[in-house]
Amino acid sequence: MARRTLQQKLAILSDAAKYDASCASSGTTRRDARQGGIGSAGGTGICHAYTPDGRCVSLLKILMTNFCIYDCAYCVNRVSSNVERARFSPEEVVGLTLEFYRRNMIEGLFLSSGIIRSPDQTMGDMVRIARMLRVEHGFRGYIHLKTIPEAAPELVAEAGLLADRLSVNIELPQDQSLRRLAPEKRPETIRAAMADMRLAREAAAETSHRGKRPPRFAPAGQSTQMIVGADATPDREILRTSARLYAGYDLKRVYYSAFSPIPDASATLPLVKPPLLREHRLYQADWLMRFYGFDAEEIGAARPDGNLDLALDPKLAWALAHRGDFPLDVARATREQLLRVPGFGTRTVARILAARRNGPLRYADLLRMGAVMAKARPFVTLPDWQPGALTDSAGLHARFAPAPEQLSLFG
Amino acid sequence: MIRVELPRFDRLAAWRAAARRLASARIQPGAVTWAEAGAAPDLFGAEPLPPPGLHPVRATPDFLALCRQVGFHGDPQRWSLLYTALLRVQEQRDLLGNPADPLVIRLQALARSVRRDIHKMHAFLRFHELPATGPRRRFAAWFEPEHPILQAVTPFFARRFADMDWRIVTPEGVAHFDGALRFSDPVPRPDLPPDASHALWQTYFANIFNPARIKTRAMRSEMPLKYWKNLPETRLVPQMLADAPRRVAAMAAAGASEAPGFAAKVTARLRLPTDETAPATLEQAGAQAAACQRCDLCHAATRTVWGEGDPDAALMIVGEAPGDHEDLRGRPFVGPAGQLLRAVLAEVGLDPDRAWLTNAVKHFKFAPQGKRRLHRNPSAAEIDHCRWWLNQERRLVAPRLTVALGASAALALTGRKAPLTARRGSVEPALDGGPVLLTWHPSLILRLPAAEARAARSDFAADLGRAAAMLGSQARSRSLGSRDQ
Repeated sequence: MARRTLQQKLAILSDAAKYDASCASSGTTRRDARQGGIGSAGGTGICHAYTPDGRCVSLLKILMTNFCIYDCAYCVNRVSSNVERARFSPEEVVGLTLEFYRRNMIEGLFLSSGIIRSPDQTMGDMVRIARMLRVEHGFRGYIHLKTIPEAAPELVAEAGLLADRLSVNIELPQDQSLRRLAPEKRPETIRAAMADMRLAREAAAETSHRGKRPPRFAPAGQSTQMIVGADATPDREILRTSARLYAGYDLKRVYYSAFSPIPDASATLPLVKPPLLREHRLYQADWLMRFYGFDAEEIGAARPDGNLDLALDPKLAWALAHRGDFPLDVARATREQLLRVPGFGTRTVARILAARRNGPLRYADLLRMGAVMAKARPFVTLPDWQPGALTDSAGLHARFAPAPEQLSLFG
Repeated sequence: MIRVELPRFDRLAAWRAAARRLASARIQPGAVTWAEAGAAPDLFGAEPLPPPGLHPVRATPDFLALCRQVGFHGDPQRWSLLYTALLRVQEQRDLLGNPADPLVIRLQALARSVRRDIHKMHAFLRFHELPATGPRRRFAAWFEPEHPILQAVTPFFARRFADMDWRIVTPEGVAHFDGALRFSDPVPRPDLPPDASHALWQTYFANIFNPARIKTRAMRSEMPLKYWKNLPETRLVPQMLADAPRRVAAMAAAGASEAPGFAAKVTARLRLPTDETAPATLEQAGAQAAACQRCDLCHAATRTVWGEGDPDAALMIVGEAPGDHEDLRGRPFVGPAGQLLRAVLAEVGLDPDRAWLTNAVKHFKFAPQGKRRLHRNPSAAEIDHCRWWLNQERRLVAPRLTVALGASAALALTGRKAPLTARRGSVEPALDGGPVLLTWHPSLILRLPAAEARAARSDFAADLGRAAAMLGSQARSRSLGSRDQ
């Protein structure tokens, strides 16, 4: 095999990394290069570019190598695939990261890898790259390391001291699916790795009896990713799994990745169009669980088959199914109630709570404050607006279902 | 008309000084013209700034924060709007607290537009490397923001790229950094030399794109077209989009491929066959239990929590099921209930390390609620399924006495469901014949109100004390069945 150029390797190893959805670069410790080194982090995340698939490019997301000894049916890099293989040297990964960083193209590195030889060997190489960046080059930017669940705890412990975020992919929403499609992986090992990271983060947050703070462990927390559409799991089960993961491991995010056809596909999985709308609805539902006080059962009950309604956003679907709770008087409703009004976001609700102390709010005020009244109208009463029979009208579902964005604001 | 001239840079400080003076005289906004660098002279002649007045002028911190953003907007009206707001803040301190006020809404819209422009410039500016002339590397960039935000964006770059010299050229002016930041008047767009890393970046951009997902609306809303002309990667987008359908069709046409011959050999080494032999040691049993799927609890819990302690223990202590702490750590009795158990065992002279500690059910059962997991009692069916593992432990440890903590452990060991209150403190035969001393679960003591908890704790200590006595006297006495001694 001819020796590949850096550019050829970059092409292969970024192509191999594109199925990981995470690109967050926010929420870590605040730091910068004024006292030396290069880079800064800790503000809001920055997306330096967007590709035509609508995904943001915030980090240099690459695989250290796409050689892999595992055989996960959904993965382009599985051992049984004939995809072109390449391997970066640690120096190459460090060089690419720093040169892109200096040109303001990225916030940092998201390094993942196929499993070569052994989990420990692979994790050890990834940790070495992070150490070179942090220690030799004084890199203060963001580092996200994909943790290998089977790797030795000492390696994960060092990774947590170097990286801002660690993640282990849960891969599939149900254990049976993982056992079937990724026979070398074990769901209990993956969850145990998440539990270990949670405990390590908590231990690092405790000050000792002498008042000393231990070094921060993965200050931007951990996240995970679940592939949607590679197995037959309905949305309700997916949301239950997410709820358990959020509750158990203090995850910052669960990413949903619509299963997408891969080159050199496995015969066990269908080559179908990725369910992008379903992925979008799951993100909306996930948001409702984390910021709006909904639980997985409420959202998952939208349809008897356990899937979300693709035609409606999950909050609107819930409100249409619970019309008895509406209309709400915006002047008196609690924060929790207002958060359940379709068309009211968390910021709109905060503004309503602040503004209603200064006097009654009218329809036009809510519009100016960012409420989507086309959605909210049937569910609220205001001094100058009464939905009347609209809330319970039989045609309300149909009004929203075909194309809600086409309704006029004043229609 | 009073005319206030604002400089090209540090405009906000100049506006503040003038606005404070004007407001102290309560000069009305309509009487002031704010002129920026390069503005035409006033046609009708202009009055200079009047002397300060007697009124106090105060601004709230949130108002100043708003000024710092709005001042970078390109709208020539902004200074006048801010001055109007400043006068209103003198009468109404919490003006900004009312998100329904039209002036507040307008100012916040200006601030939002500035924040977005700053954010986009932080994101989309690209440096080109220049030949170095000294020890530090040199870079330069050209950027066309929507608003005159040069002074607002550059501190970010100064904190981030502190070890290199750089220049950012915009239509508003030029920022120079060589360890310190300074600004100078605008120059024509510079000709930046080609940079090999930009070509690598294009390679990355083209390959990180998934042709099976096209969402151009999301791309355009986050990366508006107005920024495209100065980005090295966006010129690839039309070709990437044009190629996408062909690439997806080619994937579908190629279909599944034949696995290379070595693949099966590699995975055969990794896929160990499931061990279904009857376990000969506690370790083997524990390894088998780690993959247990006898009931559905394994899908939600982190992992199997196997028993631990002395494999030759005379005493076995059986709890209900692992809790939140035990599930996370993968070890039994490490949470608050476990600590209470260990404390009371020590009080009665029993060494927890010389007992075998385990649970009737080996997986945590819970209901998620936000960021917490609420404990749920295992069902009779789950206890039934898991008894298989408890029996393995009992067979391999062969304890002389077993203590059942709580009703679930009592059910698992004796097969009897009757309420525990009447049975607590008695010894019943286990399903396999050995003696089982029944007592409270320590988590009950932790949940009870103080007075009742004290009573329950002393029951618990007495029961464990009795267990210690039974183990000590077992050689002498065989009468284990009676409750009164």
